[in-house]
Amino acid sequence: MTVKQISIFLENRPGQLLDITTSLEQKDVNIRAITVAETADYGIIRLIVEEADKAMEILKESGFLAMLSDVVAVAVPDKPGGLAEILGIMSGAGINIEYMYSVFGKVRGEAVMIFKVNDTQGFKKLLAENGIREADSTELGA
Amino acid sequence: MEHYYQQEIECAPVEKLKELQSERLVEQVKHVWENVPYYRKKMQEANVTPDDIRSVDDLHKLPFLSKADLREAYPYGLMGKPLSECVRIQSTSGTTGKRVVAFYTQEDIDLWEDCCARAIMAAGGTREDVCQVCYGYGLFTGGPGLNGGSHRVGCLTLPMSSGNTDRQLQFMEDLGTTIICCTPSYAAYIGECVEEKGIQDKIKLKAGIFGAEAWSEEMRRDIEKKLGLKAYDIYGLTELSGPGVSFECSAQTGMHINEDHFIAEIINPETGEVLPEGEKGELVFTAITKKAFPMIRYRTRDICVLKREKCSCGRTLIKMAKPMGRSDDMLIIRGVNVFPSQIETVLLDQGYTSNYLIIVDRVNNSDTIEVRVEMTEAKFSDSIGEIEKLEKGLVEALKSMLGIKVKVKLVAPKTIERSTGKAVRVIDNRKI
Repeated sequence: MTVKQISIFLENRPGQLLDITTSLEQKDVNIRAITVAETADYGIIRLIVEEADKAMEILKESGFLAMLSDVVAVAVPDKPGGLAEILGIMSGAGINIEYMYSVFGKVRGEAVMIFKVNDTQGFKKLLAENGIREADSTELGA
Repeated sequence: MEHYYQQEIECAPVEKLKELQSERLVEQVKHVWENVPYYRKKMQEANVTPDDIRSVDDLHKLPFLSKADLREAYPYGLMGKPLSECVRIQSTSGTTGKRVVAFYTQEDIDLWEDCCARAIMAAGGTREDVCQVCYGYGLFTGGPGLNGGSHRVGCLTLPMSSGNTDRQLQFMEDLGTTIICCTPSYAAYIGECVEEKGIQDKIKLKAGIFGAEAWSEEMRRDIEKKLGLKAYDIYGLTELSGPGVSFECSAQTGMHINEDHFIAEIINPETGEVLPEGEKGELVFTAITKKAFPMIRYRTRDICVLKREKCSCGRTLIKMAKPMGRSDDMLIIRGVNVFPSQIETVLLDQGYTSNYLIIVDRVNNSDTIEVRVEMTEAKFSDSIGEIEKLEKGLVEALKSMLGIKVKVKLVAPKTIERSTGKAVRVIDNRKI
């Protein structure tokens, strides 16, 4: 199943990241993965959290511009070449990666990568066909 | 159903209006000659005496008054009645230089309030209405003007002044306000709050009378949508009493000028030449009824067009178009004339809000201009590429409208200061 990711508009101003993380702390929301994409003037912060709906509520209440999107969490063997193997399969099948980032800590002994791709359904099918495990959203507490 | 406050004037035959204007002009020029030495001196320098003024057709012979004259004559130099007969001052919200102080006799106030009453009735107001006046009260003319007009119409008047928006909304809901009077930027803010609180169906607004700052058609539509009312424009200046110099009617094809009180001209701002009806130029007014601060040929610095045409509302008063920006709102960036109103039009057209800030600076001897606009929920997406495309689109649209390339900076929502009065849209850091 797909994992819900929260994206938040970040103005390039000191304190923005602190404000976001403080809001989440107020509602006891735990972050499992985080990445920031930036341009010179603004950025998008992407988060995988436990209890995405609760997090969205507090973020909107606090006045942030936040949205949910679907991403795919993939269990990657935690050894050299683990990621390269998966990327190779994707490249062969024409799956284009828009962005990716990793989840904190191991999940069932494996590393977990978050992928945003151009063809989510096609990607999931490809993973299943190649015996690559999709990490459950519940495993991430998401 | 059209309502008039003073139908016998508002719908009078044009010849009758012109006759009235001529009578009053002749009187006013005599009054000023006898009581305002400052202007008498100007007339003498221009070789004009009251005998040279026999009708409206002689108006062009008289010298202009400008804001500079008002500052020079501050405080009592242009007062037309003795102190004992003046009962009030109002003062402009000037941001540069000395304030302008206008004087009023009680009769001047009565006439001013009549003008505002005309505006309220043109917007559909009657004694059955609840009129919430959210313009500032005090030295600023917005509050006192619409307050007086509302009383004359017989509305239940809520003298709220601006600010304390929670209380504004509470009364609006509890007392069933039907007409609201405030600046367009405050109306937009109230609209935002109404939307956020989800109380659109709890408010009973039917009309709004908005003025005191420039606002675009796009902003009108935005306010009408958010507040569920019909938005009417109103125009005025402190020098000419305040709001009520002209007002929009149901036809919304320009604002009717109260020309039994104010004679309007359009002039070429460089040469002072009077331009024919339909041509664009600087709006000049002559006040022919108020006595304590009698303005003859006062240059407003507003760029405008006048047109006299049959109006579906039945009024015969001449109409002025919405001012196309004031010549002192205008910015000159790298030699190009830029009006904040143009930028606002593009922003609203592109689906942004009217919450923006223009920052002008000079870097390496070259002018720079940056427009900061708030990101909206509708425009946000999980793709830097998409957002960049939006930004580029905005830069293109602005370039197309202004003729110069403008830097655009997207900022977080609610970070641009909201105004309860006149919005500050421009910060000019150049030391010129």
